[in-house]
Amino acid sequence: MTEPVTPPLPGGGDWLRLHPATPLLKGGIALIAVIGFVLANVRERLIEMFVGGPESGDLFDELNRRGHLGWAIAIVIGGLALGVVAFYLSWRMHTYRINDEAVEVRSGILFRTHRQARLDRIQGIAITRPFIARLFGAARLELSVAGQDAKVQLAYLRGSDVDRLRHDILLLASARRAEEGVAPLVTPSGAAGVPDAVGPDSIIGRRVTELLAPELDPQAAPPESVVRISPLRLAGSLLASGGTLVVLIIAIVLVIVTASGREIGFFFLLVPTFLGGVGYYARKVTRSLRFSIAATPDGVRVGYGLLTTSNDTLPPGRIHAIEVYQPLLWRPFDWWAIRINRAGHASSGSGSQPATTMLPVGTRSDVDKVLGLLLPGLASADTRHLILAGMVSSGATPGFAVDFVPAPRRGRWLRPFSWRRTGYALAGDAVLLRKGLVWRQLVAVPAARIQSIRIEQGPLARALDLCSLTLDTVAGPVSATLSVLDRAGSISAFDAISRAATTAGALEDSSRRPMGASSGGTRSADSHQQRPEDDR
Amino acid sequence: MSDPTNAAGADAKDSFGSSPTTKRVVIGGEWRRVSAKYIGVELVGVALFGVVAIGATLVFALTKWFAEPLGWIAVGVAVVVTLVMFVVAPRRVRSIGYQLRDDDLLFRRGIMFHRVVSVPYGRMQLIDINRGPVARFLGLAELRFVTAAAATGVTIPGLPDADADSLRDALVSLAETRRAGL
Repeated sequence: MTEPVTPPLPGGGDWLRLHPATPLLKGGIALIAVIGFVLANVRERLIEMFVGGPESGDLFDELNRRGHLGWAIAIVIGGLALGVVAFYLSWRMHTYRINDEAVEVRSGILFRTHRQARLDRIQGIAITRPFIARLFGAARLELSVAGQDAKVQLAYLRGSDVDRLRHDILLLASARRAEEGVAPLVTPSGAAGVPDAVGPDSIIGRRVTELLAPELDPQAAPPESVVRISPLRLAGSLLASGGTLVVLIIAIVLVIVTASGREIGFFFLLVPTFLGGVGYYARKVTRSLRFSIAATPDGVRVGYGLLTTSNDTLPPGRIHAIEVYQPLLWRPFDWWAIRINRAGHASSGSGSQPATTMLPVGTRSDVDKVLGLLLPGLASADTRHLILAGMVSSGATPGFAVDFVPAPRRGRWLRPFSWRRTGYALAGDAVLLRKGLVWRQLVAVPAARIQSIRIEQGPLARALDLCSLTLDTVAGPVSATLSVLDRAGSISAFDAISRAATTAGALEDSSRRPMGASSGGTRSADSHQQRPEDDR
Repeated sequence: MSDPTNAAGADAKDSFGSSPTTKRVVIGGEWRRVSAKYIGVELVGVALFGVVAIGATLVFALTKWFAEPLGWIAVGVAVVVTLVMFVVAPRRVRSIGYQLRDDDLLFRRGIMFHRVVSVPYGRMQLIDINRGPVARFLGLAELRFVTAAAATGVTIPGLPDADADSLRDALVSLAETRRAGL
């Protein structure tokens, strides 16, 4: 590795402030709306209370008549001024800084907090643009690190700066800083500086273009790596999901009960059910519309959302488990979905969970592409047949060196349908698990991300000489468990997988070391490994 | 199991369920067992369970909450379960074992529901040492090996205090040399 070229720090490593509209966006709008609502509702009462007499006409006339107008105006203006000062102070005190080692945020007026996230611990960076914030041209940047509620939020930033900032942070964090150098930084930062100097009429124009702009900047990723989903297919996939069945059954039951005429009261259940169903679909659709996944130089970028747009960048090696699955109703269309486990799962916070869906619905070639993005090692020629076999076929696939080790026939006593598909394979740097006949699943766990390997055997399985094998990963929607495996076979697999996990981990570690030595930042992180609170 | 400080020493002749026609999950190597004193901790737990279970069912039986024979059947079940747990406790303790292999920590436990876990040293996030009241009286400690996966669940109970500390130091230094981030 040559002498690393340190990219210029955003803001030169100084403390920076957030978007000026931040207090408004963070709750100011809601506060104003609430106050307005309350005032509008209790206005009559207020007049009655302070001024007296229901015959009083307009508030201002009444106040004027009694000579209180000056006081009233003074109180209102005083309250407003106090609010503005508080907002201004909270904005002034909320600063962030990015340096070689960490991203730091200071906030609070009376109770100060200071949060720091080490760059080498970043699990992913998400950018969210809520609809109202988009109108202001603002966006929220979230750095997730592993641990409960351990994320650093920069809300809100200027929308045009956010993408560059993310690029800078990831560049600082990645080992590729030597190769990438400064070059890609210069153009966007230069371009971003210009529009701020333009007059106010173009601000509106700029907002409009920002609103209408495609969610994924076409220059950010090579187009052949981008996977998109047509709205039609998305609608179809939603209609063919299990949720539809539930909604249909509830609707039919309610209609029958209502039509039978004995219980009219059930009619009033119909409306909320209908509204609930519509809300469910609306939420799913708006979350998945304009979905795109693409390979950018910083990692895999997932973007979605119609009104509130979000996009999430996963640096390489931050994916802990991948599942390709197909609900029963999708089978006629040959549609598949992909979801992942990742560290830094935010348990709190409204709707700001990091995306775990990597493909809401896609064809087989989409799956191929997305898997290639997520686990490049898996999509090589000699393991490609494994993915296909893991997705659709059961039993053995003859003619290949690496194949799924199937479950024995006696497994049918415990898994009468799916035993035939149950199987595992070691493919290069990942372990593949195949399971489910009705709900087909293929789970891939990168060996370097396996936390532990577990073998379990209950009394029934013992009687049949079977056992179950589990690969533990960080918490998430994917669980890597196979239940009816041959005992002797899985003991040798247990050994093989634990060896693979160890060597993969060691390999990754050794490839990371040189960078740690050159920057100094990761070195100190190494010695703090045993104290997770340092990761904040 | 006569040697109470068995945790540090290994017993090569691990007779636990290794007859030639076994259908058990048996993984070779020299399993280290936890201290025999840990049986005491287990027995205290079982005794507490028995007192609560038998007491509660007795109350139901005496107040004739259920129809006449049912209450006494419940008491009988509670007594039998407690007795079985008493008898099985030593075997359950003997089924707990661990191995420090070259690259990973191996842990096993359970008779009916047997479980073997392998954790590569590099996956360690932190190590906890806990001492409950009974265990502290007997000079025992419990070592918990925490990884990023909540399901790993490697908790080695019944280690003599000194062993727990030295095992922790050994594991930490092993993890240090084989570290992998998250």
